[in-house]
Amino acid sequence: MTNNFMLTYLLIVPIIGSLVILFFNENEKKLVRWIGLVFSLITFIISLFVYYLFDSTKTDFQLIHKVLWIKSLNISYHVGIDGISLILVLLTTFITPLTLLSTWNSINDKVKMFTFSMLLLEAGMIGVFISLDLFLFYIFWEAMLIPMYFIIGIWGGERRIYASIKFFLYTMFGSLLMLVAIIWLAVYASNQLGFFSTNLLDLYKVGPLVSREIQKWMFFAFFLSFAIKVPLFPLHTWLPDAHVEAPTAGSVILAGVLLKMGTYGLIRYCLPLFPQTAVEYAPLISILAVIGIIYGALVSMVQPDMKKLVAYSSVSHLGFVVLGIFAMTIESMQGAIIQMINHGLSTGALFLLVGIIYERTHHREIEYYGGIAKIVPIYSTILMIVSLSSIGLPGLNGFVGEFLILLGSFKSLVLNSWWYTIFAATGIIFAAVYLLWMYQRVVFGVIKNDNLRQELTDMNIRELITLIPILLFIFWIGIYPSTFLKLTEVSTQSILKSVASFTYDFLK
Amino acid sequence: MIKYIYLAVLFPLIGFLINGFFGRKIKSELTIGIIGSSTVGIAFLISLLAFVQTIQFPVEQRTNTVELFTWLSANGLNIKFAYLVDQLSLTMSLIVTGVGFLIHVYSIGYMHGDKGFWRFFAYLNLFIFAMMNLILGDNFVVLFLGWEGVGLCSYLLIGFWYDRKFEKGTTADAAKKAFIVNRIGDFGFLLGLFLIYQTFDSLNFQDVFSKAQTFLINENTFNLIALFLFIGATGKSAQIPLYIWLPDAMAGPTPVSALIHAATMVTAGVYMVSRASILFASAPTVMMIIAVVGLLTAFLAATIGLVQNDIKKVLAYSTISQLGYMFLASGVGAFSSSIFHVMTHAFFKALLFLGAGSVIHAMHEEQNIQNYGGLKNYMPKTYFTFLIAALAIAGFPGFSGFFSKDEILWYAYVNGGFIFWFGGAVTAMLTAFYIFRLFALTFLGNERFDHHKYHPHESPSVMTIPLIILAILSILGGYVGIPEIFSDQEGNLFKNWLEPVYKSAEEKLLTSSFHSHFEEVLLMLISVLLALCAIYIAIYVYTKNIFVIDKLKKRFVKVYNLLFNKYYVDEIYDSIIVRPIKIVSEKILWKFTDSIIIDGMVNGVAEIVNIFSEKIRRIQNGLVQFYALIMGVGIVLILFWIIVNL
Repeated sequence: MTNNFMLTYLLIVPIIGSLVILFFNENEKKLVRWIGLVFSLITFIISLFVYYLFDSTKTDFQLIHKVLWIKSLNISYHVGIDGISLILVLLTTFITPLTLLSTWNSINDKVKMFTFSMLLLEAGMIGVFISLDLFLFYIFWEAMLIPMYFIIGIWGGERRIYASIKFFLYTMFGSLLMLVAIIWLAVYASNQLGFFSTNLLDLYKVGPLVSREIQKWMFFAFFLSFAIKVPLFPLHTWLPDAHVEAPTAGSVILAGVLLKMGTYGLIRYCLPLFPQTAVEYAPLISILAVIGIIYGALVSMVQPDMKKLVAYSSVSHLGFVVLGIFAMTIESMQGAIIQMINHGLSTGALFLLVGIIYERTHHREIEYYGGIAKIVPIYSTILMIVSLSSIGLPGLNGFVGEFLILLGSFKSLVLNSWWYTIFAATGIIFAAVYLLWMYQRVVFGVIKNDNLRQELTDMNIRELITLIPILLFIFWIGIYPSTFLKLTEVSTQSILKSVASFTYDFLK
Repeated sequence: MIKYIYLAVLFPLIGFLINGFFGRKIKSELTIGIIGSSTVGIAFLISLLAFVQTIQFPVEQRTNTVELFTWLSANGLNIKFAYLVDQLSLTMSLIVTGVGFLIHVYSIGYMHGDKGFWRFFAYLNLFIFAMMNLILGDNFVVLFLGWEGVGLCSYLLIGFWYDRKFEKGTTADAAKKAFIVNRIGDFGFLLGLFLIYQTFDSLNFQDVFSKAQTFLINENTFNLIALFLFIGATGKSAQIPLYIWLPDAMAGPTPVSALIHAATMVTAGVYMVSRASILFASAPTVMMIIAVVGLLTAFLAATIGLVQNDIKKVLAYSTISQLGYMFLASGVGAFSSSIFHVMTHAFFKALLFLGAGSVIHAMHEEQNIQNYGGLKNYMPKTYFTFLIAALAIAGFPGFSGFFSKDEILWYAYVNGGFIFWFGGAVTAMLTAFYIFRLFALTFLGNERFDHHKYHPHESPSVMTIPLIILAILSILGGYVGIPEIFSDQEGNLFKNWLEPVYKSAEEKLLTSSFHSHFEEVLLMLISVLLALCAIYIAIYVYTKNIFVIDKLKKRFVKVYNLLFNKYYVDEIYDSIIVRPIKIVSEKILWKFTDSIIIDGMVNGVAEIVNIFSEKIRRIQNGLVQFYALIMGVGIVLILFWIIVNL
């Protein structure tokens, strides 16, 4: 097999960028920012090439690059993508430059270190999405924690230390269990295959054959790690803290991409590696997802802090994604994947927008605002569009995901009950409540605070440049989602087909 | 022109984009107004041409589909962005663009001088765009796109003057309430779609409806589908129990109330039921529920309308009541009558609202009818057109409302039974009473306003010309649907035109009871007499003998208060739904479950580890003697263990 270096370039460019930055002086802030931006843009362009090379009609992993790494353990540097990885890689490379651009003014302290961390983080995230070796995957998964830990811990708010440690320990806890399961699975494979292997493609054959009792343990070790990352109710409490304390850029990356690693893990690992257990526990997991949808929305509704409101809304939105995955129909899974992208765009944009006014007033409490439509009309319009996208208005992106998820889960054989969908669908009511209520209190009404007139200015060109691309995709996905649905259709089908092939008698 | 029907959807969108992006820069109100109105006017012309073309086709070829592109596809789901051009959608689009155009023109005068002039026209155009999608969509999902789109425009327009006070809060509160209550309806609507998809494996109208005819499907499934869809309709079309948003929606500018909250958007639910007639006709239980809900809503809203003093509030309750009629018609299987009433109602209710707008305009935003009186001398055109509209809604013979209402009452009697007819007839009487109370208090009698403060005047012709056109329609609009007993079989043009759309539904319902012409004439006479009496009493009492009312008020103070406070429904909802949810979310879910229980557990684990480590840490105290001691003790213990085990 010929190796394709494309993905390796994708991975290495941000790393090179971060190394280049180390050669610069701390004082050359502007230069450092530009270098960071340029490297992230190059990465984005490479990802477009990857998109161009990718053939969405093929089932197999593509653009594979495999080099043996640790010979004795048969561990390789092994990367490749299918439609699902590709779409998330694109999301990552798309969001990162926008995030860097958004920090132009807000991050002034240790710019060098910050840009360095962001680029490393990008490489880590890409690595997670393209790894086809569990060992490699695990390294990226863990490595990514470190830059994020610093981003929250150094550039965060008042309780940043508490939040960053909480974030770190929470996720670390899950990861360690996953490591145990990886080793266990690899050892198990050496009995089955005759050699120790962490190659995902080998393990896809081994996982479903593991005896049910053991498979259960392995499944939950993986699942817990992913569920914390998602986060699934009731493992979500690190998220509001991390979001509130993180700088805007951190929140955007966290919501935009990091959480998707959890749901990606569920699709890539939990389902195909342990199909029997996944199907058996799908109802239980879906119940947690539905609780998360409603609970997240209700708690979000009563938050006095805008950032926290958006953070809790993530719990609700990701609940939809998990429901879509575990309903295991093509409709719902496709919906879940598109919803991952949507959440990245909409919630990312919401964090950017909250960040924009926070930068000006240093207030995030909803109470402080009121009537700003008169002062910042462009900002208000964009906030409206993004909120509506998050609410799931047809014609904008959010609807496509939620609709497909609910439609699919309604007819799901794995769940085999309407109640999941009925309860989950109440989420669309509450989403309207918490977002419109916030919008109304912040934007409408009479100008509440005279300070606002002095402090607030409408969005500048740089801020518009960060948001307009997101808006473009909000409309694109809403009106013509086929571009994106097609990309992942074959991959979704093949995953569900393999799950179904192992659980055929179970479903009967 | 049928092929180009999408242009009728596109033009309003173009208007929205032009005014939305550049409106702020365009200084001339007239330019903005012309852009806004002409795009809707063009949409009307396109619909008209498509109508003319369709009418020339033989009946079997009157249903055409125009496909644009694939919107959503996954697995078996294949939703196209496509428009269905048939008798029903053409009728609706003529109403929407026609009445819509007149209201756009009127708004040029009404909104004159408003800072958000451009924004207003942008939103109105966006509304027409969404409404056209709702009407023309060839599947449930495009319909839903329009459905939500009109909801959004309604939200934006109710809250148009977002910093103005409105009742207990601001207009933004009213807007939010409208959106959220509608979302509750949408929740039901969506479940309906899911169930349809599960049952028929499609969401395309023609697919689903033909399968509904031929597939052997359990009646319960139909009942559930119909019920879910109807929940959606109660939201959008303001029926019990979700009607509460509509009166508050009056916070928006009056042309909005006329266009969105009277003539078009609120009839979307009626349209949807009518579109999916075969699904409803297959669900007899739900048909009964719809008829009952419709009748109850019609009656209760009319009673509230009797005592309100805000001119727009009276009209709002009147709209709810009239929508109730339409659902009564759908519920008894008279789908074409419900659409007939949608049409005549669009004419006379839009006219009433625009007339009210003209009055409010003249009275410097005063909306309390107790402070009007004798306005007919100041604004003759408004007076005269308003009178025509009032006669139409009251069901005065020869006016449009008479034909449509009579048809509904007749079917209520034939298919529903005496009680439905009776409820409808009493409501018709109440309607005649409240509308002429409003009319008398506004235009007749003494001038009760302060002449120093108010200088009533007739509105400019950009406002009165639409009034006159609507007045003509309110008179003539009914003659397309002359009852069969007064003409021959061919006389009811409207019904014959729509008939093919409901063919399968009617086959399913198939009621075959015989009723004589005498019965029909008798019932008609009774309801007309009731209405005439009500008109007479209202005018007499409110111009000559107001004391009777005061006496009645004192006598029935409890009833009066109950009606005046709208049966306290808002308060009840607030205390049993809204506030509990808020309190539970804040106090129990957030501050207790999340902060104390879940986070407490997480932090508790950390705390325990911490305490434990704190204790163990002492072992590592760095004293060599201590380590030596422990080592010694260890050796002794091991030796002891070995000796014991020997």
